[in-house]
Amino acid sequence: MTFERKHILGLEELSAEEITLILDTAESMKEVSTRDVKKVPALRGVTVCNLFYEPSTRTRSSFEIAEKRLSADVLNFTLSHSSVSKGETLLDTARNLEAMGASVIVIRHPMSGSPWLLARELDSSIINAGDGSHEHPSQALLDLFTIREIKGKIKGLKVVIVGDILHSRVARSNIWGLSKLGAEVRVVGPPTLIPQYIESAKAKTFYNLEEAIEGADVIIMLRIQMERQESVYFPSLREYSRFYGLTREKLIGAHKDVTVMHPGPINRGIELSSDIADDASSVILDQVSNGIAVRMAMFYLVASAGRNQ
Amino acid sequence: MSILIKGGRIIDPSQGIDEKGNILIENGKIKSFPKTAKKFEKDSKVKVIDAKGKVVSPGLVDIHVHLREPGFEHKETISSGCKSAAAGGFTSIVCMPNTNPVNDNASVTEYILLKARTEGIVNVYPIGAITKGEMGETLAQIGEMYEAGCVGVSDDGMPVMDSKVMRHAMEYVQAFDIPVISHAEDKNLSGTGVMNEGEVSTQLGLVGIPCASEDVMVSRDIMVAELTGARLHICHVSTAGSVRLIKAAKKRGVKVTAEVTPHHFILTDEAVNEYDTNAKMNPPLRGKKDRKAVIEGLKDGTLDAIATDHAPHSEDEKKVEFDLAPFGIVGLETALPLSLKLVEDGVLTLSQMISKLTDSPSKILNLGKGTLEIGCAADVVIFDPEKEITIERNKFHSKSKNSPFHGWSLKGLVEHTIVDGKVVYSA
Repeated sequence: MTFERKHILGLEELSAEEITLILDTAESMKEVSTRDVKKVPALRGVTVCNLFYEPSTRTRSSFEIAEKRLSADVLNFTLSHSSVSKGETLLDTARNLEAMGASVIVIRHPMSGSPWLLARELDSSIINAGDGSHEHPSQALLDLFTIREIKGKIKGLKVVIVGDILHSRVARSNIWGLSKLGAEVRVVGPPTLIPQYIESAKAKTFYNLEEAIEGADVIIMLRIQMERQESVYFPSLREYSRFYGLTREKLIGAHKDVTVMHPGPINRGIELSSDIADDASSVILDQVSNGIAVRMAMFYLVASAGRNQ
Repeated sequence: MSILIKGGRIIDPSQGIDEKGNILIENGKIKSFPKTAKKFEKDSKVKVIDAKGKVVSPGLVDIHVHLREPGFEHKETISSGCKSAAAGGFTSIVCMPNTNPVNDNASVTEYILLKARTEGIVNVYPIGAITKGEMGETLAQIGEMYEAGCVGVSDDGMPVMDSKVMRHAMEYVQAFDIPVISHAEDKNLSGTGVMNEGEVSTQLGLVGIPCASEDVMVSRDIMVAELTGARLHICHVSTAGSVRLIKAAKKRGVKVTAEVTPHHFILTDEAVNEYDTNAKMNPPLRGKKDRKAVIEGLKDGTLDAIATDHAPHSEDEKKVEFDLAPFGIVGLETALPLSLKLVEDGVLTLSQMISKLTDSPSKILNLGKGTLEIGCAADVVIFDPEKEITIERNKFHSKSKNSPFHGWSLKGLVEHTIVDGKVVYSA
């Protein structure tokens, strides 16, 4: 099959075939990263802008390396949303970048749906690098890639996503991607952080961690945002950690080869006990390097779709 | 100049009329229903409008409109809002107080009425604020605003959260026999919500406003109305829960009335897909069950009136991130064709539908409008209920174009709108 999308906005709109194509393409891209000269000319002469309205070191760096390995010209534009809301609108900023020659815009934004606004109003290809609580397609794709690499397949796996599902774009993208590829997805966390309607997205809800991880092949731990404890979602980090932090004892019911993943950065001793964090660290580092390959694949496919049109 | 409207289907629910006939307008008033048109056709002093195959009804009455003036003239003015109303078949509109300054004292009321008299082409009735600055703390100058011409009070968009303040408002208005109009919403429960809480909000990652947020407040307001004996009018009902509560309250004799907007009986939260900010309004578009319930409420009379909640916003204000876009859509120029769908779908008869847009809303606010009674001001709309139209936002007479119905094919064309015996709009 060929990839025909101008934008990659989320996994909800991608078919299983499209997701698999991205993962397969990422395999070849991974090979590029093992070469002495880690560069291919796929995006030569293309200006890619990383438009980030949220602080992000990992995701932005990963996108930037991916862009550079494909020989793109890279423009980084990082803004704090608080200052922007008083001044230039998102659309005006993006139009300026387009006027500077950017034809691919990678956007990270604290508000859900912002990439859709750009896709509707601009000519550029838009890659969603995380929008509000909505989707984070590149993170989910690299999770899928990593799972496939470790387990050899995705279909039929029991995958548990633990933590703040309500605010998590990583969870939403992973639920779409995993269920489309045939995994059984479970979500678990305090009821205040599990949206009532999440089962409509084909994830089964649990409130008890041990029950949820019974027989699990993969556990994806979400980062708990420290500021959430200020609101009324749960009483304290200590209590959260007691019920939803992953420890050696709680892992007993899982599959013996269970893989523990985390999108990072980890709050040690809260989501993961320190020893599990150490065990998981090799996978987490795999995730980081796979992230570059997956992002290269996203650019490559979007650019070739553009050429075919 | 006299006008003879000839040979139309005259529907006036206020008098139980639905028959073919003629209407003679003289000196701005409904003069008579002459049996034949012949003698007037030869009279050069009589303008004859041929209404054959058209419906002739009392001019429509919209009791929930935002005219934005003073303060937000880039969105709408009293002049442009009135033109929009006339183009939609409305001859009387009621404007909400959330202007800048807020209509919380008689001088703002007088300003609005002066502007309406000099620049407006339809009847404008202001609603005063319940509390000073719509802050929910102390009562606004309700008596003086009433004297100046306000027909009700509301903190629309800024619900009075303090139940004691609401109690005093409901007690106080009874001195002037005007209703308290409630935008029923528990602001704490709504939080930072921007759309209906449900499957769609969960998938889009947008913060939801649960139905309970409306139900809780409808419930409280009904209780306080019961306590005080005040007349309570619930704005833009959007949930099955509200319909249930209002129905039960009416049954036990609470003086409560309610309205629903065309967008709430036509659309569901599915319209928000792809983050269309023209589907962002408050209360939000709800789920299928709620839509069904408000339609049922219209049918069984729980919901007395159709009102548009016409809420103009400029293009720039809506072309932003969904979270940042203001709530609201324009409604005056799409209300009639959208309401006619209720007739097409067999929910209401044409006469019942017209009643929800004429005498029924008029009664809620004691406007004395929405009727073709002889001697009354000649506010009339002539429309073709079968004419196919395409909604074209750029042809709106409103200053703002924020409508989710752009491009829709509907039936129902307003041909003429007549206010006080003067033709103020012709298609």
